Amino acid sequence: MDLEQFAVILSIGLFNGLIVALVAIGYTLVYGIIELINFAHGDVFMLGTLLTYFGLVAILPGFGVEASLISALALIPFIMVITAVINASIERVAYRPLRNAPRLAPLISAIGMSFILQNVGIILLGPSPKAVPSVLPNDPLIVMPGGRTLISLNEVVVGAVTIPLLLALAYFVTSTRQGKAMRATAQDREAAGLMGINVNRTISQTFLIGGALAGAAGFVVALFLGQAWWFFGFPFGLLAFTSAVLGGIGNITGAALGGIVLGLVKSISDFYIEARWTNVIVFSILIIVLVFRPTGLLGAKQAEGA
Amino acid sequence: MLELHDVHAYYGNIHALKGVSLTVDEGEVVTLIGSNGAGKSTTLKTISGLLRPRLGEVRFEDGVLNAVPPHQIVSLGISQSPEGRRVFPRMTVAENLEMGAFQRTADATLQEDFKRVYRLFPRLEERRSQRAGTLSGGEQQMLAIGRALMAKPRLLLLDEPSMGLAPVLVELIFDIIRTINQQGTTILLVEQNALMALGVAGRGYILQTGQIVLADSADRLRQNDDVRKAYLGG
Repeated sequence: MDLEQFAVILSIGLFNGLIVALVAIGYTLVYGIIELINFAHGDVFMLGTLLTYFGLVAILPGFGVEASLISALALIPFIMVITAVINASIERVAYRPLRNAPRLAPLISAIGMSFILQNVGIILLGPSPKAVPSVLPNDPLIVMPGGRTLISLNEVVVGAVTIPLLLALAYFVTSTRQGKAMRATAQDREAAGLMGINVNRTISQTFLIGGALAGAAGFVVALFLGQAWWFFGFPFGLLAFTSAVLGGIGNITGAALGGIVLGLVKSISDFYIEARWTNVIVFSILIIVLVFRPTGLLGAKQAEGA
Repeated sequence: MLELHDVHAYYGNIHALKGVSLTVDEGEVVTLIGSNGAGKSTTLKTISGLLRPRLGEVRFEDGVLNAVPPHQIVSLGISQSPEGRRVFPRMTVAENLEMGAFQRTADATLQEDFKRVYRLFPRLEERRSQRAGTLSGGEQQMLAIGRALMAKPRLLLLDEPSMGLAPVLVELIFDIIRTINQQGTTILLVEQNALMALGVAGRGYILQTGQIVLADSADRLRQNDDVRKAYLGG
């Protein structure tokens, strides 16, 4: 077996996994706090790719700025704010009114939101994928003795966007007042209210964070794959959701771990087996893990916020 | 200080409170006694804002609480140790206490309140970095009360603090309730353990199927034949 080749595949898998982890955390945060699978989350991520596309082809040139890596990076905060607000608005209009309804109702509402966002994507981008200007330098950074590139500059950009966000989230949840309120609300919503925590605001804030992370992931994917497409929400959302379940839905560390594991599995399967078989393998692993550990790799008995 | 006037509350179509009226004056310990399902916890929920009364009025000091959300009621000076303790199981003891003080982070006396709670419950200090879910039932009850105290309430609502505890611990918890009251906090105590509750309270109300059937001083309630038969085991 070619070890250098294997190392390259692991490196690709790891960087893909980091992106998946960002999206997976959005699923797990929302599930942790209101026990809802936010089917629209993948599509919020898709809007991140859409906003990146328009940012690079319309907004930046509109301001007379050339699309480059630096100017693209400057778009990130705007994209994150927009997707955060969209995600929180979805909660406000489609889920909050159904908070005390039977659990199937918000689930259907979430699927409806997903279709709405996909159609917004079709209206704005058209039916086929749009090419995103390539601003990522593809230069090799670490080259192995055999001549293969282990890590290229574009992967460094992926890491530079995703890793700080993951660390910031971990800090927020474990060490800040609002982050602790979020965990408390996830563990016992009614008791959290009795503590003086504004439960509705905490839930909105959870959607804001999930949406912001999805927007950043959308940005990275748009640059990395060089495409924006209304349909992206489905495959990425499915993979991210699977990661969240694999890691233990409701568990943030679990979602990050699940994303990285599935990123690795996907790249190994794509290369050594065949891309067509990848979904079969991903879901087989999920089923096997759930048979032996129904709560996922790191899941507690119930969903949790940390 | 607190006044419920003809409060009616529903769970769906179930008429849980059928016109409850009661008062709690500053400095008192008042107990609300009744069997399972009489509406004791429901009464507390209408005070803490978790349940809205459909009719009637809940007044605290000069304000009406009927439509105030739970988190604002805490800042008005009412906090609750809920039935079944409801500590945050995957947060540490110290984090749980911190959540109790959620409304007052800018408050310089916060450290003193940690110390006060740890003085009342030395066990909690020993276990402060342990996850609350791993505590024993008695320790969780101490945490639930300590957490409610962290809000620095003027009125403390205690829902079944003796539930599921060994007799020695029940004694301990009631001693502490007495101490908390002596330190200046008004208490509304909901209990099934009528004997203990009437021991610390000055006045009591007997609740039956959503209605107050008797209201009197704790001493007289203890001597009332009906109360003895129904709640004090003869």
